[in-house]
Amino acid sequence: MSIHDLNSTEKKDTRSGFGDALHELGKEDERVVALCADLTGSLKMNAFADDFPDRFFQTGIAEANMMGMAAGLSIGNKIPFTGTFANFSTGRVYDQIRQSIAYSQKNVKICASHAGLTLGEDGATHQILEDIGLMRMLPNMTVINPCDYNQTFAATKAIKDFEGPVYLRFGRPSWPIFASKTSFEIGKAWKINDGKDVTIIATGHMVWYAVLAAKELEKLGITVDLLNIHTIKPIDEDAILTSVYKTGCVVTAEEHNRFGGLGEAVAQVTSTNHPVPQEFVAVNDSFGESGTPTDLLKKYGLDVSDIVKAAQKVVGRK
Amino acid sequence: MAELDFLTKRSSQVRRDILRMVHSCSSGHPGGSLGCADFFVALYGEIMHYDPKKFEMNGSNEDLFFLSNGHISPVWYSALARFGYFPIEELGTFRKIDSRLQGHPTTAEHLPGIRMASGSLGQGLSVAIGAALAKKLNNDDRIVYTLHGDGELQEGQIWEAAMYAPHHKVDNLIATIDFNNRQIDGDVEEVLSLGNLKAKWEAFGWKVLETDGNDMNTIVGTLKTAKAMTGKGTPIVIIMKTEMGKGVDFMMGSHKWHGVAPNDEQLADALSQLAETEGDY
Repeated sequence: MSIHDLNSTEKKDTRSGFGDALHELGKEDERVVALCADLTGSLKMNAFADDFPDRFFQTGIAEANMMGMAAGLSIGNKIPFTGTFANFSTGRVYDQIRQSIAYSQKNVKICASHAGLTLGEDGATHQILEDIGLMRMLPNMTVINPCDYNQTFAATKAIKDFEGPVYLRFGRPSWPIFASKTSFEIGKAWKINDGKDVTIIATGHMVWYAVLAAKELEKLGITVDLLNIHTIKPIDEDAILTSVYKTGCVVTAEEHNRFGGLGEAVAQVTSTNHPVPQEFVAVNDSFGESGTPTDLLKKYGLDVSDIVKAAQKVVGRK
Repeated sequence: MAELDFLTKRSSQVRRDILRMVHSCSSGHPGGSLGCADFFVALYGEIMHYDPKKFEMNGSNEDLFFLSNGHISPVWYSALARFGYFPIEELGTFRKIDSRLQGHPTTAEHLPGIRMASGSLGQGLSVAIGAALAKKLNNDDRIVYTLHGDGELQEGQIWEAAMYAPHHKVDNLIATIDFNNRQIDGDVEEVLSLGNLKAKWEAFGWKVLETDGNDMNTIVGTLKTAKAMTGKGTPIVIIMKTEMGKGVDFMMGSHKWHGVAPNDEQLADALSQLAETEGDY
């Protein structure tokens, strides 16, 4: 596998990867139930709702109640998948998740769409950039941020068979498809490209931009060891350390605040094992605003060129 | 029915347990616990179907109970121990280091009888609705019970859940409100009035029963009535009038003993008012 094998021609939204996989799970396992707080269409949960009406719970605009209900359903051996926007899946219901799901060790899958800047035109009220941090801090919580339609599909299937609370983060925009639809292992990084000069670690939508950045960097004579960390907690320490032992520096890229997200998770691994210079491609502690997804990524420093610059800079700091 | 005499005697013993537990660790919530002793004894002694020796998280084919106002954990722990879930001696570990009897109930210590952490208020009704819906999906016709504080009803999530249950015909659910009109900062009526509580629940679509939660015969009768009302398309709520601190004269009549433990002298005074019917732990 190398970046040259990845030439995406097709695009699809990651939320459809979730919705399609959830529908399949509904057919495969009677224990799977789904809850949604008045965003069935946005979460692409219609097929599940239509085909399994007895196992679909429309809660209305009442996310706190939805989280509690999911916890209760799990007590009766159900595997509940909750669906709403990332903002309403985390910050709005943090205490409900903390007490009724994480501390109570409930097998609930919190599935969150429209995460990050790429939600676009709705603006900052809905563009949560703090959710990875919030969820990472909860004991017992697994945090996954897949990179495209295929990986979201595979991750949705994988978390069904994983016992314990999971936060699955995905998004709204149509985005290039390039990952595997079948092979997904929770907690195991996807090694996309071998290089020796710089490690780039990306999650979510930023993985595609990291692929493009790696191609540009190669033309500039900088080879990239490229990792997709889809599971931010528990993080794949071995993959990160193996890479930075070789390259001696790292760039992290995420559609999230620079505080609390993937970058800090990686820094914690390197600083306690093998400290290396790091550059953070992330939102610089601000809220977002209205705009198209690509305009927003550009304005907030998350463009392909920002990853390229960060890589050049970090190589210079070695 | 279990002998009324047995139930009232057990209530007295549970009240002694509560006082000795909070005294021993110099913390905890005796007031609401004492007020709800009769309810817990009625529920575990007469109403619910369960096997304390074979506790399983899924509670399959058993009635389930969720304590939403987790701070009255002493009365729940005492009831669970006295009805066989774990050794009575373990009550002495309440709120101490390495105990399964945490200040607020938790599943993290795997104490039999507990299926959900509670303490942060307002969450239990939602969880109970989920558990009740799972029972329906599993063709399990047992009932889910909850208890809530009246002050707890100030939490918004309660009313999200209150709206959901009748709309979706969750009729295997009996919620009970500990209506003692006390909360930490004073009388509920003064802190933030609940207004016409019966009318509120009725407006949300619940069947409402009102009862005296400190008379064993009455509370058993009301819970049986509620049970007979299940399965008819509507959830049921019991507004249960209780006296905070019930059974100890100096603890009744104010909110003062909501979350304060008695000192040695006060404990002796309190215990002198409650018969040791089954032996202290």
